[in-house]
Amino acid sequence: MSPHSVAAVHQATTFHTPSIEYSKLLPILIVLGAALVGVLVEAFMGRAWRHQAQLGIALIGLVGAFVSVVSLAGDNLVAAEGSVAVDGPALFLQGTILLLAIPGVLVTAERSLDTGGPFAPAGSSLPGSQHERLLTATGVTQTEVFPLLMFAVGGMLLFPAANDLLTMFVALEVLSLPLYLLCGLARRRRLLSQEASLKYFLLGSFSSAFFLYGVALLYGYAGTVRLSGIADAVSANTGDETLLVIGTGLVAVGLLFKIGAVPFHSWTPDVYQGAPTPITGLMAACTKVAAFGALLRFFYVGVGGMVWEWQPVLWVVAILTMLVGSVVALTQTDVKRMLAYSSIAHAGFVLVGLVATDSVTSDGEVLGVSSVLFYLLAYGFSTIGAFAVVTVVRDSAGEATHLSQWAGLARRSPLTAVVFTFFLAAFAGIPLTSGFTAKFAVFRAAWTADAGWLVVIGVVASAIAVFFYFRVVVLMFFSAPAPDGPTVAVPSPLTTLTIALSAGVTLLLGVWPSQVLELAGNASQFIR
Amino acid sequence: MSDFPWLTVLAVVPLVGAAAVAALPSGRDLLAKQVALVVSLVPLGMTVAIALDFDKNSSSAFQFTETYQWIPQFGVSYALGVDGIALVLIALATVLTPVCILASWHEVEVGRRSVKGYVALLLLLETFMIGVFAATDVFLFYVLFEGMLVPMYFIIGSYGGPQRSYAAVKFLLYSLAGGLLMLAAVIGLYVVSDGGPQAFLFHNLVGLHMGTDTERLLFIGFFVAFAIKAPLWPVHTWLPDAAAESPPSGAVLLVGVMDKVGTFGMIRFCLPLFPDASKWAAPVVITLAVIGVIYGALLAIGQTDLKRLIAYTSISHFGFIVLGIFAMTTQAQSGSTLYMVNHGFSTAALFLIAGFLISRRGSRLISDFGGVQRVAPILAGTFLVAGLSSLALPGLSTFVSEFLVLVGTFTRYEAAAVIATLGIILASVYILLMYQRTMTGEPNEHTAKLADLNTREVWVVAPLIAVIIALGFYPKPLLDVINPAVARTMHQVGVTDPKPLTPAVGTPVGGTAK
Repeated sequence: MSPHSVAAVHQATTFHTPSIEYSKLLPILIVLGAALVGVLVEAFMGRAWRHQAQLGIALIGLVGAFVSVVSLAGDNLVAAEGSVAVDGPALFLQGTILLLAIPGVLVTAERSLDTGGPFAPAGSSLPGSQHERLLTATGVTQTEVFPLLMFAVGGMLLFPAANDLLTMFVALEVLSLPLYLLCGLARRRRLLSQEASLKYFLLGSFSSAFFLYGVALLYGYAGTVRLSGIADAVSANTGDETLLVIGTGLVAVGLLFKIGAVPFHSWTPDVYQGAPTPITGLMAACTKVAAFGALLRFFYVGVGGMVWEWQPVLWVVAILTMLVGSVVALTQTDVKRMLAYSSIAHAGFVLVGLVATDSVTSDGEVLGVSSVLFYLLAYGFSTIGAFAVVTVVRDSAGEATHLSQWAGLARRSPLTAVVFTFFLAAFAGIPLTSGFTAKFAVFRAAWTADAGWLVVIGVVASAIAVFFYFRVVVLMFFSAPAPDGPTVAVPSPLTTLTIALSAGVTLLLGVWPSQVLELAGNASQFIR
Repeated sequence: MSDFPWLTVLAVVPLVGAAAVAALPSGRDLLAKQVALVVSLVPLGMTVAIALDFDKNSSSAFQFTETYQWIPQFGVSYALGVDGIALVLIALATVLTPVCILASWHEVEVGRRSVKGYVALLLLLETFMIGVFAATDVFLFYVLFEGMLVPMYFIIGSYGGPQRSYAAVKFLLYSLAGGLLMLAAVIGLYVVSDGGPQAFLFHNLVGLHMGTDTERLLFIGFFVAFAIKAPLWPVHTWLPDAAAESPPSGAVLLVGVMDKVGTFGMIRFCLPLFPDASKWAAPVVITLAVIGVIYGALLAIGQTDLKRLIAYTSISHFGFIVLGIFAMTTQAQSGSTLYMVNHGFSTAALFLIAGFLISRRGSRLISDFGGVQRVAPILAGTFLVAGLSSLALPGLSTFVSEFLVLVGTFTRYEAAAVIATLGIILASVYILLMYQRTMTGEPNEHTAKLADLNTREVWVVAPLIAVIIALGFYPKPLLDVINPAVARTMHQVGVTDPKPLTPAVGTPVGGTAK
């Protein structure tokens, strides 16, 4: 023990070991435990059974964690010495992340579409090298992706629950680092994939630095990194307001980067395009959920007292995000890039709900929070499903992501085209899909908070978005197929199940959403 | 009236039929068409049963009501019910669907597109059409209003003419742009409503107190969506493309029924929910409607394409309908509602017979025809009757409604009624010119070989002509059903007819005021 910490111990009147409520942290611990087991499997198990074992461990971990989230439902406390909140929004979002991660893992484990799966056999082999060809020829499957994925999911579970800014930062890094790696592991078009990985890593590091700097300034302001402590300091109005405003802004930059909000969105299209498609789907769905959870908690709990200072900024960000995402998507020619801009636009719609702080109903439901929770769940499933469809439309070079290759898909494979159209309709917010219910929820929250004008802008952005979604529908249904166009590969039950599940949830939340809405409504209050 | 959920079953039957047809093995095209035709006769029969059971003198606004909680968090119920206006429009939809299925027997090129897909889409569309007229919950109405676009989009885009893709996208974008504005207004309406799990029920929204500005904004949100749908000048430009590129039976359902949702929405939602804003906007709307009457007629005269011509006549007729609705007199509104039905039948006949003609000749250009009445007298004769109905010849159905609209409008807006009357003259010009150019004279080398209507086609046209003539001579059964609903709307808006010149004019017909 260093002399410094000895002095610290002496200063404390009584020394007590930190009390960790392990049972309340069980979801996170299960997932991280499964990740560790996965690492051991990777080290000690023979190659033949590794893939099945890893898939099994991942699924058991995710399902087990989901069960423990359900068993915690209704809890409302701050665990682990105030650093982790176990409350409605945290549990709802953890459940959402786990539910989304299950189909995400299923698509990741798909091996029928491409020999050896969608990942490079060894990330360390140089693209185009003899070593790579050798590995490809032997049909080696990359299985390290599973523990990496589980670490990322573990970080995502902690992110929306983090109740102090340092825990939040740790969660951010735990979820980001594995994703940086996973983005670079595509089997096909490896240079593009590695470029995506590098871009994501560099920009992600910058944003983490912003975040950390913001945390430092907020510590300077409040003397604590705990969100409740910052909230107290804000309401007491002590300290240097400059530190508070700049610190809030910098932390917001780090978080807005993760959700892909304009003007911090520029990484999204490149990374979404380059990353292996199953990982893209997972990032678009789960990362967004986790990051919005952190964003919500930071703004509602931490700096909720200075809402008038940050709300106009977020209005601008939300408007820019909706409009830039929708407008730029119009010009895209690659289906993954188009979905990337679509995900930016959707981040804008979610922000519309998030900024509706003044939307508490008579029975205590915070519409701004509950609508965001519902939107994330609805959007997450449609996204996972849409990217899963992208993985099955292939030609000899792998996935056929150029939009022109999708022409006439409905003639070749009507069912695939119909399902993809259904997901696009959900993104566009056509009634009887989950996207419509979700949009209605966030717009209602905004209108309740007297931001009707924001709703009108959101509606205009939706109208623009419809155009690019239905451009794809026109291509698939009304255009003649190209002679050497892609075919729809028959995937294993893993991908089929994922697509069916996503489509089912998308329909269910459009036709009969009341149960989930009620759940989100009950889970809309943060513990302070 | 029993507890049997008539309206739900009515709407679900075509849906089940659509699923059944879609599930048939490919290659069984004839079977698919037969199944679809039989299925589409079921709602027709049920509509007759409902109409017979409908109590004209009932004191309640809606009959055959069903109300279930759907999304209580949003105040949304699954609520159906019909008043006279909704009933006649549902009848329009259920009559036209089997006619269209029969008419479309050979519309889809075999081998190029899926036949069963086409008839399944027609049945799916029928479900939405019935539902949208029967919905008494604003949210449910909105959902069906938007959902209806999807089958129509695929009908135009997959089965239409050479420009189908362009027309389908234009149709979808116009409709969705309007629909999304309406979504904003629907949410706004919820916010100003009393809230609770039944906030969106129609009768809970009538008579809300809201600020003048709010009411006007919400009115505009609803009205623009309906105006695009109707379509009212100047947001009509999607219709000629959509109707011309759509297959004939699709065009019938699009112009004949779907567009009526726009005018129906004005009379059902815009007026009762936003009475003050409606009165505020009436002069502007009436101006637009009159412009639409004249503009549509003038452009119809100038058309060279048969289907575009019929589409422009519809723009003119929708001008009349909107004019009657916003004149806010009992006669004009009854006339408008009757007009919706009559226009549906006469346009259906025009589109379908023109469709038969076009498929025989392989061209839509008017100049490619001539002398058809020599070689195909039945075709020409029925086309003439349909055309005369469209130009409101006395004795044919449209005359009654057009007359009511003009008389009702004249009592409040004299100038508008006078200018709109010019539309009747222009109508004779475009119809008779079209007839003259296509049907009279010597047949040219292509038209000389045209075959007359076959038995199936006669069966398609005969019911339409029969209805046109019957309603021309005896519209009372329909008016008896419509009038109480109109009187109720007038009451909700809080307007009375202008000072009666003769006692008969001002008395609310039906006498349902308590």
